[in-house]
Amino acid sequence: MVDKKAKTPALVRLFRDQTFRRGVIAILAFVVLWEIGSQFKSWFGVMVPFIGKIAPPTAVAVSWMEVGQWPGYWQSWYLSTGRVFLGFTVAMIIGIPFGLAMAVNKYFRGMFFPPFEILRPIPPLAWVPASIIFWPTTELSIMFVTFLGAFYTIVINVLGGARSIDIQYLRAAQSMGATQWDLFRKIILPGTLPSIFIGAAVGMGITWEVVLAGEMISGGGQQGGGGLGFFIWSSYMGGVMDQVVVGMISIGLAGYISSSLIRYIGHLSMPWRRMF
Amino acid sequence: MTDASDNMMEVRNVTKAFGDDWEKETVVENLSFSVKKDQLTAIVGPSGCGKSTVVNLLAGFERPDEGQILLNGKPVSGPSKDALVVFQETALMPWLTTYQNVTFGPKLRGDMAPDALKAAADKIIDTVGLREFRDKYPLQLSGGMQRRAELARALINQPQVMIMDEPFRGLDAMTRQLMQEFYLRLCEQESRTNVFVTSELEEAIILADSLIILSNRPTSVREFIQVDLQRPRNLEMLSSPEAYEYKRHAMEILHEEALKSFKGGAGNSDFLEAYSRQG
Repeated sequence: MVDKKAKTPALVRLFRDQTFRRGVIAILAFVVLWEIGSQFKSWFGVMVPFIGKIAPPTAVAVSWMEVGQWPGYWQSWYLSTGRVFLGFTVAMIIGIPFGLAMAVNKYFRGMFFPPFEILRPIPPLAWVPASIIFWPTTELSIMFVTFLGAFYTIVINVLGGARSIDIQYLRAAQSMGATQWDLFRKIILPGTLPSIFIGAAVGMGITWEVVLAGEMISGGGQQGGGGLGFFIWSSYMGGVMDQVVVGMISIGLAGYISSSLIRYIGHLSMPWRRMF
Repeated sequence: MTDASDNMMEVRNVTKAFGDDWEKETVVENLSFSVKKDQLTAIVGPSGCGKSTVVNLLAGFERPDEGQILLNGKPVSGPSKDALVVFQETALMPWLTTYQNVTFGPKLRGDMAPDALKAAADKIIDTVGLREFRDKYPLQLSGGMQRRAELARALINQPQVMIMDEPFRGLDAMTRQLMQEFYLRLCEQESRTNVFVTSELEEAIILADSLIILSNRPTSVREFIQVDLQRPRNLEMLSSPEAYEYKRHAMEILHEEALKSFKGGAGNSDFLEAYSRQG
């Protein structure tokens, strides 16, 4: 039984998986409906509202083939990904210790939570003008806005996660002789790990949203360079709608790959949650 | 009875209140009892009477406002491995395997050589029948297994007193019975001082050497009963006339106390205690 499973190629096993097949079918159905919707006018002479105005998937695919040969397109991927990961990483590096410090120390929380809560509702995009003035280069200001997108989510998740750790774990550890440092290292840290990964996954999504909007606004200026957001914007300005869709799908893929990566790392670092 | 030397734990006139000056709720008032060495002392009380507060006081998680708690002659000043609690719902760390959970305490303190620790842990995991589940995580264990793993985690620290805070609550009836039998055998094989807090009267009678019935809140000792059923015991003995007599007597008192809390608007005080525990 076990041997048989090992011999079956991974791809075959993947296609035998119900959930995977359902996902593939759903995507195919979506693409087919989209094709029909946008081709309706040329086929039957009647335009379907909304979808009729969007380039059909076949045109998008053709356009993608073409775009895929431009170094500029891949440069956009590279630039956006770099901005997202830098902003995101800095947000993790600052956000996790900041959230933990607020969770374990009430003086620290008392001092920093109110200003944090006042700043939090300000959308990252509202920071764009200030950020452009504040940072010397466009690149840095885009990264700063990206950082903000992930930062608040990560901090709130870490703080909430650490605060909701069952007091019985802490008490049990304490009576077995744990020092404050032990409690932090052996209970609070592993206990907060699931929330850290939730915060990271959500934060990663926001980061992509924000970086693209940032790129659209600040443009492909001489300093900053393109990015996928600018790619969409310039395609739109040039009136090339199928390219706009290529850009949109590219972002969808990029976001999906990034969050899968985070889920995978979470999966590896939390073996006790792996059974589900 | 008067000889203090065989008292492992002594609770002397302990009072504990929660809340601030505006809305103070006294949960424990003038509570005094002693726990004899190598015996099992069961504590029962009507629901919401403050049993959990008593546990927290015994374990050193809370400090009494007045009075004193002595463990082996020394005042309890905070949580320590000498008075370990097996908690109501499981408090096994979900991110550690059974083995890692069991070795958590000794490893933390570094008071056992690695080889000795490994041997002791494996032996204790064997005793609670979890050898095959040594490297499983708590969520992979059934409710009964989790409780046994938690017992093992407490036992390896060789506490002077084991405090069981409704340890079998939430288990289904069958598992609960099995756990009671398992625990009876464990207690009878090795002499250990146990405080067993429960809201199940039958469980208390069959396990206990002495039974303390707490009064309604603010709680204190309402009745002390010496349970002289012969040992070794089994669950069938619950239907014996002696056991029945203990049960009838205890039931009467508990019923009286429960009625009082019914009239006294316990809902309100329950809320207050739950609220004050949040902080």
